Amino acid sequence: MRRLTWFNATSLTLGFAFLYLPMIILIVYSFNESKLVTVWAGFSTKWYGTLIQNEAFLDAAWVTIQVAVVSSTIATVLGTMAALVLVRAGRFYGRTLFSGMIYAPLVMPEVITGLSLLLLFIGIGLDRGIFTIILAHTTFSMCFVSVVVSSRLVTFDRSLEEAALDLGCSHFDAFRLVTLPIIAPAVISGWLLAFTLSLDDLVIASFTAGPSATTLPIKIWSSIRLGVSPEINALSTIMIAIVAVGVITASLITKRASLRQQADERAAVHA
Amino acid sequence: MSQTVFEPWNDPDAKPLIQFKNVTKRFGEFTAIDNQSFDIYEKEFFALLGPSGCGKTTMMRMLAGFEKPTEGTILLGGQDIAPFPPNKRAVNMMFQSYALFPHLSVWDNIAFGLKRDGKSKDEIAARVEEMLKLTRLEQFARRKPHQISGGQRQRVALARSLAKAPKLLLLDEPLGALDAKLRQATQFELMDIQEKTGTTFVIVTHDQEEAMTVASRVAVMDTGKIIQADTPQVIYEAPASRYVADFIGDVNLIDGMAEAREGGAEAASTAESETPAQFEAEIPAAETAPRAPQPNERGKWLHDKLFKYILGPREDAPKQLPPPTPEESKAAASAVQPYAIAPGGITIHWAEGQPPLIASNGDPALAGKRVTLAVRPEKLGISKDRPESANALRGKVIDIAYLGNLSTYHVELANGTMVKAQLANTRRVAQRDITWEDKVWISFRDTAGVVLGE
Repeated sequence: MRRLTWFNATSLTLGFAFLYLPMIILIVYSFNESKLVTVWAGFSTKWYGTLIQNEAFLDAAWVTIQVAVVSSTIATVLGTMAALVLVRAGRFYGRTLFSGMIYAPLVMPEVITGLSLLLLFIGIGLDRGIFTIILAHTTFSMCFVSVVVSSRLVTFDRSLEEAALDLGCSHFDAFRLVTLPIIAPAVISGWLLAFTLSLDDLVIASFTAGPSATTLPIKIWSSIRLGVSPEINALSTIMIAIVAVGVITASLITKRASLRQQADERAAVHA
Repeated sequence: MSQTVFEPWNDPDAKPLIQFKNVTKRFGEFTAIDNQSFDIYEKEFFALLGPSGCGKTTMMRMLAGFEKPTEGTILLGGQDIAPFPPNKRAVNMMFQSYALFPHLSVWDNIAFGLKRDGKSKDEIAARVEEMLKLTRLEQFARRKPHQISGGQRQRVALARSLAKAPKLLLLDEPLGALDAKLRQATQFELMDIQEKTGTTFVIVTHDQEEAMTVASRVAVMDTGKIIQADTPQVIYEAPASRYVADFIGDVNLIDGMAEAREGGAEAASTAESETPAQFEAEIPAAETAPRAPQPNERGKWLHDKLFKYILGPREDAPKQLPPPTPEESKAAASAVQPYAIAPGGITIHWAEGQPPLIASNGDPALAGKRVTLAVRPEKLGISKDRPESANALRGKVIDIAYLGNLSTYHVELANGTMVKAQLANTRRVAQRDITWEDKVWISFRDTAGVVLGE
């Protein structure tokens, strides 16, 4: 292994500082004694204490989690179905158009998606609240799921399904017993992606949220306008921690699974 | 086991298990199967053989139910199978990629089809154990497909497709992913299992050796048509067309004009005009050629100065194998010995100024037509002196391929036709030192070839 030259070390430090310095400052100041965000007055965890007693934040957090779980689940079901059709179905008229349309929301500006949803909800007379946020989040995260799942389905060996049919499965059984278990990792990561997207969405949520339901990002955004409080820092630190734990766990699980598979395959060759 | 020959296709009373009746399959403009009718009988091992794109896989997928014939009907045990989807047919398939379910253990893979039938737990367990035993996989039952080797995976796939005791098992290039040695062993295993279970097997392959080894009948296909369906022996020894002759094994094709033949008498007499004595003298002559390795000067010096005291004095005479016994010489010679040429058949005029070829097994009805004589390389003799044989052609050795057990001589005949002669490298015969550019005689019997019409 080559040692780092001073140039490489500097590049590395600068790069990571650029990425992580803002977050580190946020985390450090969440443990600040002082109410003033910019003045360090000693270590304290009291803002975490007050956060737990803040009803408004807790309500918003609960709404956010409900929205994320429900919308990502619906998005996963719909996205997987769309991926199956687009990968599996042979050529049909307008197929290219349909697959293009599935991916279009990926690049659509969020403001436009949000605005159009808002107009739709007003048009059909739907009262804005938790239900409309769920609908909106399902709409935009579904295409992410479909991208993830279809990239897995492209490499899926069709003869596995044919074998299941050959052995007496109906089409639905073949999907339930063979296809789904095999593409499960892609479906789960699609769900996780949809969940994260829903968790931190601000723009679309603020278009579609009503007075009855506010999500955490909206709550944070609106309280910032009244001035940054150390409570927000504490809340953000908790969110960073949750995301970090999730990401690290997921990557460890995938890594271990692939290592074990490799070892098994090596063993099989020599068996 | 009964000693009667298994040939249901020659028995007019035998009821076929599968009947293709004027089956055509089109994919858009492309015709994959062109109006084919044929029968497959119970307990047969039927091979569909052909190059890629000849329609053999389509044929199999129609039997499995993954494709429907565009026209015509397929009967299984007398019943039209078109309305039955794959999961309702007493037909199972072993896929080329094996298609093992990666998330299930070997045991669960084999049990998969049985569970779908709603059998009781004990029944399933008993059947799976039976299958594991049949395919010698007992100790791998708990492993996942990626934890076993390629050959074992192949056996799991076979066990899984046999577990439901189908009337018909389809095998799609079942041994394609195995290496040569394992493939040969597995071919015999397949035949063994087919015999034990009494299931009808239909195998799709592009490997003619594999088809010939395992199958009771081979159907040679080309562009959507079965060209010939018969036993491996007939396919090899009596191909019905140029295509079959050329596709199966190596063959020499000599084109010419056929002429009816009255009798074999005069041809036999010309053959006898050569003295047999001359021929017999040839083999001992070849024996005298030096061939054992000789030590060089330094080797001799080393031996005389040093090894003599340990190993004894050096023999100058090279060590040789004992000369052939008279029986051995006779056996070697009889390979190209003359014998009576049967009357009838045809002669084939194949080149200007060359004696016509005698094919006493040719159909006289072909007289006056252009024909092709197909002769397998191993049926050609090659010698430096004119042999006594129904057909002897002059030629020049262009190339020699030494394959260890065999040598193939590429010989150019008078009119430029290239023929291949294959000789087994048995101990004695290998010593006839034919080499590049040698003038040789190519000889074969009057019944060695097959006369094919246009």
